[in-house]
Amino acid sequence: MTDDEFAAYQSPSEETGDHRWAFGTGFTDPLEGIDASVPDSVDAAALAAYCLMLGDDALVYSHRLQQWMTRMPELEEETALANIALDLLGQARMLLARAGLAEGALADGNGRQEDQLAFFRDEHEFRNVRLVEAPDADFAELAGRLLIFSAWRLALFGRLAESADPVLAAIAAKGVKELTYHRDYAAQWVIRLGDGTSLSHGKMQAALGTIWPLVEELFETDPVTAALPGVAADPAGLRGDVDAVLETVLAAATLDRPGAAPMARVAGKSGRDGVHTEAFGYLLAELQSVARAHPDATW
Amino acid sequence: MVTAATDLDTAREIAAAVPDPELPMVTVADLGILRDVAAEDGRLVVTITPTYSGCPALREIAHDLRHRLNRAGFAEVTVRTALAPAWSSDWITAEGRRKLRAAGIAPPQAVPPQTEPAQTGPPRRGPVPLTLTAHREPVPCPRCGSRDTTQTAAFGATACKALFRCEACREPFEYVKEI
Repeated sequence: MTDDEFAAYQSPSEETGDHRWAFGTGFTDPLEGIDASVPDSVDAAALAAYCLMLGDDALVYSHRLQQWMTRMPELEEETALANIALDLLGQARMLLARAGLAEGALADGNGRQEDQLAFFRDEHEFRNVRLVEAPDADFAELAGRLLIFSAWRLALFGRLAESADPVLAAIAAKGVKELTYHRDYAAQWVIRLGDGTSLSHGKMQAALGTIWPLVEELFETDPVTAALPGVAADPAGLRGDVDAVLETVLAAATLDRPGAAPMARVAGKSGRDGVHTEAFGYLLAELQSVARAHPDATW
Repeated sequence: MVTAATDLDTAREIAAAVPDPELPMVTVADLGILRDVAAEDGRLVVTITPTYSGCPALREIAHDLRHRLNRAGFAEVTVRTALAPAWSSDWITAEGRRKLRAAGIAPPQAVPPQTEPAQTGPPRRGPVPLTLTAHREPVPCPRCGSRDTTQTAAFGATACKALFRCEACREPFEYVKEI
């Protein structure tokens, strides 16, 4: 190793000690140096709420994927899933930071930090869709959920790359490249399992049946999106793209599209309104426990 | 203070020489991560871009840039992140590709048109790979040059790499993904 290479590994920890990879310890702003002003034509409060929705989807799902670590069938698959979870965590960080910056642009402007949003909000304040909440019962469920999630998010980000908010557009354009890999990875496994043995086919079909009630929510229009014409993308408009992908993959995988009815809303509310499934509370407790137990801790 | 063009040239040289923490055989300039070095009101402003949204190397790179430039006498250094246009593996220079290959890592192939960062219009629908066979041009082995290679995993030890095996020399190797 040359001196320069050595320095690249050593300098952060040994020379100043001011830079650590852990929450609350000077973990730098993922949007550092980016022009965070909100365009005049954009409703800043709605933009903050919208970025929170999309950031929460990625944060919560990334955590679920991380729970697969040490449990994947092969090392290569574990590496793949870790990378997918990392991409989503990166998207979540930027979106939560964008939400906080948009909050800061309001008249009473006190924007929250990324960590405050991730670790110090309660269950009803999260705005993620319910699809990402439940733990996967088996590998088939993991593959099915990842396919649906990434096909949907890819369709969404493809539209948001044209958003009137330049920061959101940039985050989305970057995410499109990552999500394309995620969707391809999941599609390959759905096909391999669906068109595999009778056992793997049966498990894959059953997994889709389990997930399917949560799919409808992905395409429901919400008031936040409706308040952001030109900035947000109408979920209802994504259905055609997502259906086309799913139909193609399911056909190649010899799987049937499930007919399960959508999961009911609770008093007319669902994930985007802060109403979540039972599994979510446990997930959030684990995600937030260290930060809440040691709010000023340093590593 | 950045007071003269020569200072800026020096700063550019120093910034360009910063190695990537995860691929230390190449520099941030080789990878196309370093986007700009400029002077603003006497301050030095260095702009970098992440390869992947969650890439943890970016903060290490920012730290290393500040540290080296401070050490060279640039007291005030601002490191900015640019997200748009999104990084493309097409930005890796010819020199960067040579260094990667020399280190046993296959450099990325050209990004196919449908994933071009500048793409506009309706979102793309595909392609979804519907077969379990390789769907890209063969990746030549960085050791023996054979094109008879097989992808063993779509993701590698870092976000930017995939794993391959050469069927000719039987060696495994890493491939920097096209993105």
